Amino acid sequence: MSATQVPGASGIIQNEALLWEKGKKGRRGMCVPASDVPEATLPAELQGQGIDFPDLSEVDVVRHYTRLSQWNYGVDTGMYPLGSCTMKYNPKINEKVAATPELAAAHPMLADELVQGNLRVMYELQESLAAITGLPGVTVQPAAGAHGELTGMLIFAAYHKSRNSLRNKILIPDTAHGTNPASAALCGYKPVPIKSGPNGIIDVQSIAAVMDEETAGIMITNPNTLGLFETNIREIAELVHAKGGLVYGDGANMNAVMGIINARSCGVDVLHLNLHKTFSTPHGGGGPGAGPVCVTEELTKYLPAPRATKVANGYLLDYGGSESIGRVHAFHGNFSVLLRAYSYIRTMGARNLKKASQLAVLNAAYIKEKLKDTLPLAYNRPCMHECVFSDAWLQEDKISTLDLAKRLIDCGYHPPTIYFPLVVHGAIMIEPTETECKADIDQFIEVVQMIVREAKENPELLRQAPQRAKMRRLDETLAARHPCLCGS
Amino acid sequence: MRYLPHTDDEIQEMLAVVGRKSLDELFCSVPDACRFVGDMDLPPSMDEWQLTDHVGQLAAAMQVNHTYKVLIGAGSYHHHIPETIRTIMSRSEFLTAYTPYQPEMAQGTLQGIFEYQTLTSRLLGMDVTNASIYDGASALAEGLLMGLRIAKKKVRVAVSAAVHPHYREVARAYLSPTCYEMVELPVGPDGRTDLSGLAGLGELAAVAIQSPNFFGVVEDLTGLGKTIHAAGALFITAFTEPLAYGLLKNPGDCGADIVCGEGQSFGLSRSFGGAALGMFACRDEFVRNMPGRLVGKTQDLDGKRGFVLTLSTREQHIRREKATSNICSNQGICTLIAAMYMASLGGSGLSELARLNYSKAEYLKAQFRAKGAKIVFDSPTFNEFVVEFQEDFRPAYHRLLAKKIVAGLDLGRYYPEHAGRYLFCATETASKEVLDAVAGEVRS
Repeated sequence: MSATQVPGASGIIQNEALLWEKGKKGRRGMCVPASDVPEATLPAELQGQGIDFPDLSEVDVVRHYTRLSQWNYGVDTGMYPLGSCTMKYNPKINEKVAATPELAAAHPMLADELVQGNLRVMYELQESLAAITGLPGVTVQPAAGAHGELTGMLIFAAYHKSRNSLRNKILIPDTAHGTNPASAALCGYKPVPIKSGPNGIIDVQSIAAVMDEETAGIMITNPNTLGLFETNIREIAELVHAKGGLVYGDGANMNAVMGIINARSCGVDVLHLNLHKTFSTPHGGGGPGAGPVCVTEELTKYLPAPRATKVANGYLLDYGGSESIGRVHAFHGNFSVLLRAYSYIRTMGARNLKKASQLAVLNAAYIKEKLKDTLPLAYNRPCMHECVFSDAWLQEDKISTLDLAKRLIDCGYHPPTIYFPLVVHGAIMIEPTETECKADIDQFIEVVQMIVREAKENPELLRQAPQRAKMRRLDETLAARHPCLCGS
Repeated sequence: MRYLPHTDDEIQEMLAVVGRKSLDELFCSVPDACRFVGDMDLPPSMDEWQLTDHVGQLAAAMQVNHTYKVLIGAGSYHHHIPETIRTIMSRSEFLTAYTPYQPEMAQGTLQGIFEYQTLTSRLLGMDVTNASIYDGASALAEGLLMGLRIAKKKVRVAVSAAVHPHYREVARAYLSPTCYEMVELPVGPDGRTDLSGLAGLGELAAVAIQSPNFFGVVEDLTGLGKTIHAAGALFITAFTEPLAYGLLKNPGDCGADIVCGEGQSFGLSRSFGGAALGMFACRDEFVRNMPGRLVGKTQDLDGKRGFVLTLSTREQHIRREKATSNICSNQGICTLIAAMYMASLGGSGLSELARLNYSKAEYLKAQFRAKGAKIVFDSPTFNEFVVEFQEDFRPAYHRLLAKKIVAGLDLGRYYPEHAGRYLFCATETASKEVLDAVAGEVRS
């Protein structure tokens, strides 16, 4: 494949000003109803000066955002092999379900008997997530994965406090998600970093050496951020439990192991799920997501309130007892995301969820096998849903991981996750997900191979990339040195 | 299964490449003791037609649906959403994009967020707005934690009892495992926060006031701010109804240091409380203590204007333990929707709509007063207020429910001392006819 034949091409990219550089005073882009009541006057001292927003017509607004959208790449545009982020296709029917007028218009403070449909969705989703993880207590309130982590740490703290156990440390392997230490630190815990072993997973001895009765527990991402299964998780859990600690499972990578592992059997006490990754929700350029937390029977009483429960004649919100950690969201979490996950689980069923995990792992294993002679593997072990390469061979040609990533943009692909996990030098982390077909994966592999050849034959092509995107390489250092966060 | 593209032949070809005989063999690194036994206990899978029928049943189980007039605000408001927003936000280039880590192919999202930051800063009168937090409640909790970070050694924060009760619960949960203390400030008989006890509180990092507050009352933010600053604390303001600032003096002009609130009013459906939009702004000097993501202006190699995520040293992917917060995903598409809504209304439209909301609520107040009901707090309000009826209101509430009107929220669950008093909200969506119908059921 030559450089001019690569897939992807520039579309029609039109210039577009910033919102406030357009418009004319007095234009209006939406209807404000005519008033049918007398105009009331507010005391002058409370009145503001008026808002300095541009006035735009409907066509101004529609054209502005349509043009902006054309500068963007989404998973509907093409492959998005972002490791650790899980960007898979989002079924369109879920959007329709989430927008069901009866469900979407519901005010969150209506009495339970008035909103039975929504409560049933919450209850049945809780039950499904319990069935998938093997952990019976579920809250759907957290609004994102990291919010679920925080909720989990609040549960750790409440549990230890109830036992009058003063614990101030938490063990966090270097292959855990980046948000784990911050979530623990927010709860006043001191994160203790644990180095993974030479095979990319945690070894039992390293935990035995540090686990003590001042340690609240451990946060394990499994499969970890190298895409490897933490094979020793049960032994590690036994060690932690023996010293009175708890095991947190970061379940952000659950899409690799649905129907394959049982979190309870792994020794996990608290686990969060990223509904938006595993059970599909469009990421919307940064969210919203949803991060339900699943816990053992013993820890259920600490979950945030309220939770939906089933009673003889319908569904109720149960506000729990005094041991609940309280609320982590103003209302019931990101309900529209819960609806999408509910819809996804109901259309997939147990068999297809397991199949999705199997195919996600197959796709990653296939890429790993096909690219291992092109880029050096970080760890040559059976991978789960993602595989990680390093930049060692690129460096020989003074090419960085970033250069490779930017060249992929010219070829019509969103680059994989780069420079993460931190334990791998110049990491390139590829997660194809189960929704990419073999032909698309083969084409991606071919493009990566071509770019690595280009690195030797025409390295400037990589250093100058991207050249076919809306912008050439953007200066991130300038943005950080001279922050301009608000337009004028 | 239509979301899984692999044919059996392709699976076999790929298994051969990776040297495995079966899909099960791919999981050879999972010990037997960790494995799921049997099948996951889930309902059988549905096709698209079955799912549509099933969702129809769920919809039918909603006694109060979209055809009802719900005169409740209390943190979630019913406003008209222009059709343009549904159309533009559903463009898959916005909806199916990820966090814009590769700015060259995410300029749409990045410029969109930069514009959201700018419009929100102008609305609130603040220097900097971030790219959102989960909701108004978590924004307040993060605001208090930020106040504690800025104040360094101080250990106490104070929050008005007129802040949304759920927001206070969330803040309490966030602070519970820490060494910090949260105290509540009383509300006076005028429905406004009483700061007379502030002087007695030492080690005070920040004070949070909501305006309009949970009772709908507009607080004297300027006056409160002066007292709070005089006590050496940071002044945090919260809101649940951003539309109010189309009419009221904004928090920045009242001296706020950090502003946190809920942006659902700006083009998002109520959706049972989520997806929501935590709006979060502060003064320039505090930006490095701010949680969440930020988009900044920069240029590309040719000097062309462009946008990137910036100041990421505050975030958890670099100095993991030292991050200012753990926020990673936020409410990306919701920020774009709010920006689309603000752009659609414009400055003139926002003022007009805010005034209309104010007039509707004042009209309903007048109708209630005419029926002999008491407006509990006589301070100014925006689009919601608390009313006390001469007789038990419950029979009237149920008569109105039968007419597809949800008439207010009984405050007893949130403030036992206000049991039997109702918080009413009237936005532009409530016609005079509906407001008259409500007043018509009140016995004088």
